[in-house]
Amino acid sequence: MSSTASKKSLNPLSLKERIKIPRQTMPEQAPGQRAHNFEEVNLGYSPELAQLEARRCLMCAKPTCTDNCPVGVKVPEFVELIVAGDFLGAAAKIREDNVLPAITGRVCPQEDHCEGKCLLSKKVHPLGIGFLERFVADYEQRMGTHVPTNVPPSGKRVAVVGSGPSGLTVAGDLVHKGHKVRVFEALHELGGVLVYGIPEFRLPKQIIREQLDYMREMGVEFETDVVVGRTITIDELMNQEGYDAVFIGTGAGLPQFMNIPGEHLNGVYSANEFLTRINLMKAYKFPVYDEPMLDLHGKDVATIGGGNTALDAIRSALRLGARKAYVIYRRSEAEMPARIEEVHHAEQEGIEFHMLTAPVEFLSDGKGWLNAARCIKMELGESDASGRRRPVPIPGSEFDLPLSVAVIAIGTSANPIVQSTTPGLDTSKRGYIQASEETQRTSRKGVFAGGDIVTGSATVILAMGAGRRAAKSIHEYLTTGQW
Amino acid sequence: MFNIIHAEFLAPGVKRFVLEAPRIARKQKPGQFVILRIYEEGERIPVTIENADPTRGTISIVVQSVGKTTHLLNSLNTGDTILDVVGPLGKPSEIEKFGTVVVVGGGVGTAMAYATASALKRAGNRVISIVGARTKELVILEREIRAVSDAVMLTTDDGSYADKGFVTDKLRQLIENGTRIDLVLAVGPIVMMKAVAEMTRKENIRTVVSLNPIMVDGTGMCGGCRVLVDGKNQFACVDGPEFDAHQVNFEVLVQRNSMYRDAEQRSMAEFQRALDGNKGRRQVEAACAVLPGDER
Repeated sequence: MSSTASKKSLNPLSLKERIKIPRQTMPEQAPGQRAHNFEEVNLGYSPELAQLEARRCLMCAKPTCTDNCPVGVKVPEFVELIVAGDFLGAAAKIREDNVLPAITGRVCPQEDHCEGKCLLSKKVHPLGIGFLERFVADYEQRMGTHVPTNVPPSGKRVAVVGSGPSGLTVAGDLVHKGHKVRVFEALHELGGVLVYGIPEFRLPKQIIREQLDYMREMGVEFETDVVVGRTITIDELMNQEGYDAVFIGTGAGLPQFMNIPGEHLNGVYSANEFLTRINLMKAYKFPVYDEPMLDLHGKDVATIGGGNTALDAIRSALRLGARKAYVIYRRSEAEMPARIEEVHHAEQEGIEFHMLTAPVEFLSDGKGWLNAARCIKMELGESDASGRRRPVPIPGSEFDLPLSVAVIAIGTSANPIVQSTTPGLDTSKRGYIQASEETQRTSRKGVFAGGDIVTGSATVILAMGAGRRAAKSIHEYLTTGQW
Repeated sequence: MFNIIHAEFLAPGVKRFVLEAPRIARKQKPGQFVILRIYEEGERIPVTIENADPTRGTISIVVQSVGKTTHLLNSLNTGDTILDVVGPLGKPSEIEKFGTVVVVGGGVGTAMAYATASALKRAGNRVISIVGARTKELVILEREIRAVSDAVMLTTDDGSYADKGFVTDKLRQLIENGTRIDLVLAVGPIVMMKAVAEMTRKENIRTVVSLNPIMVDGTGMCGGCRVLVDGKNQFACVDGPEFDAHQVNFEVLVQRNSMYRDAEQRSMAEFQRALDGNKGRRQVEAACAVLPGDER
């Protein structure tokens, strides 16, 4: 039997006909318009577009999309429900594996996971799985979400440290099993990187609030303004507050700097600070909101780095009135870790890319403010540990790029607060928490960890995958007591 | 929401708040701080913990009206609430028996100096406190400081109380008198801490300062509070706030703290304008009745 085309499919089209349907493009705000506002770029499929796109699915019997999804969303099954017009059923099907579909439908790098392995992509464009996921999640939200009936309480309590993607996944999965879950967040707002890191135009905060409301209705408890490690330690959570298990999902933490001259000049930001001021503190609404940020109107701004964070920062700068908005990246476009869709969107909006370029010094105006970045051109040499070709500076290729603001988005290193206050919690040489790749167990009994605090900077969906595995093994631990 | 269970002015524009924050009260140690946000549109500001009562579940902080947020904060009273209080943040002061310790507090920095001085005293040190203020009515916590110090030296810039001069004059006196000093802790305006550092550097006296850079999250996430210490990036919120005074680049700290001066002035000006016609105007004005003070 062929690996494609399940017999029971409701889709009347033959495989040939399916392949002939072009991938339905995502309706979006025009680049010239959206470059000046923080409204979401993508507008979402209509039911008609969604159903047309869904009909392109080949309904593989052995779906490589599902196999390559870090949380194992049953793609053909939910797509089939879209074909059948049962959008709420499709949403429920996704929710069996993914507690945050409206979020992953927007920010997941599908090209690296489900869509990257879609059989269609061998001949034509892959199925728009992310677009479909987003559609059903939004549809479900508009219709009023269905909260599953409460399962019998297990009597066990779990503390989740951090309300980012991994923590929310753990919480969502575990309340489904009847465990009582309380999520502790250091900031005043829930959502972790989804809130402080990802801008409104890519992931509206309203979407996150709706997902959080949904989780509250399921019974998850949240507490903000608690820095675990400082306000309360892991040991105190277990010994004094009586939690049976703890999941640590504190995220990546400390922003890295390049350690080049001039990095302390006014106007040089870490991406985390720049984006936190904008996304979490709403500094762009100053003075209605009190948190200040530098006025970018008419200024030349650059972000350094090639990931989603770099693009989020520079596209925010553009929306805040920057005259020139550059991405400075030391490798070439092929090596950029950012989502393809974001790179395209950024190009359409007028972001200028300085590829194979790296700053070597930030130059001052003589009064402590950034005036320019001295950059050097690079060429690609041998492959490095990441498998990507290592950039090598070209001697004598330096040039000065006039800049008022530079945003450094070259990654993060481990935040030490939890590790340094939890005796017996093993960490890697670089300070990340060591956890089993299979079970997310740490060296401490009853303590699990996942997401960026284990792997270093990664993606929302990989953190969610870790959360999924952790929830499964926490449940096992709570039911069997075996460690 | 965090309840204010007591609020009182210590000096014009300088107010002490006792807040209900049981978790923070249990965990805090001298030298640590909290970050607070008053209302939904508010900014996050770091404030040093002055004292705590773990049994009652309270912490106290001392706030000086400088910009919009601190003015608003100081218009709050007993029975009001603060939206967010998070902490305790930063590393605690290093408390052990050093021998003779000179604790230098300037302006509202005196509040933190007091917290650490009392811990140092309990640890068996001989504590000499030097407290400086601009003028008589801005001298705060004198009684409390006296209670935990073996000797207290007071100065005012204008000579309206105690000795006219600066804290560094007193420190110089101690050094010139041949007082054996094992450690100096200085908390206050940057110019003061820098002057102390310069003086003790020559004498090779170990000196610690508590830095107050611009901060957003306070948990090591944003990197906004980075300071240059011994030529290296350090984050005041997780690596500090206390650092070896002789390694701190104070020029960079001053420069970075000026980053939002325009925005801060605009914010304050619009706030002042908004007060006109406001019902709570008199109350807020009372809170704003501040002499141009040291920023801390």
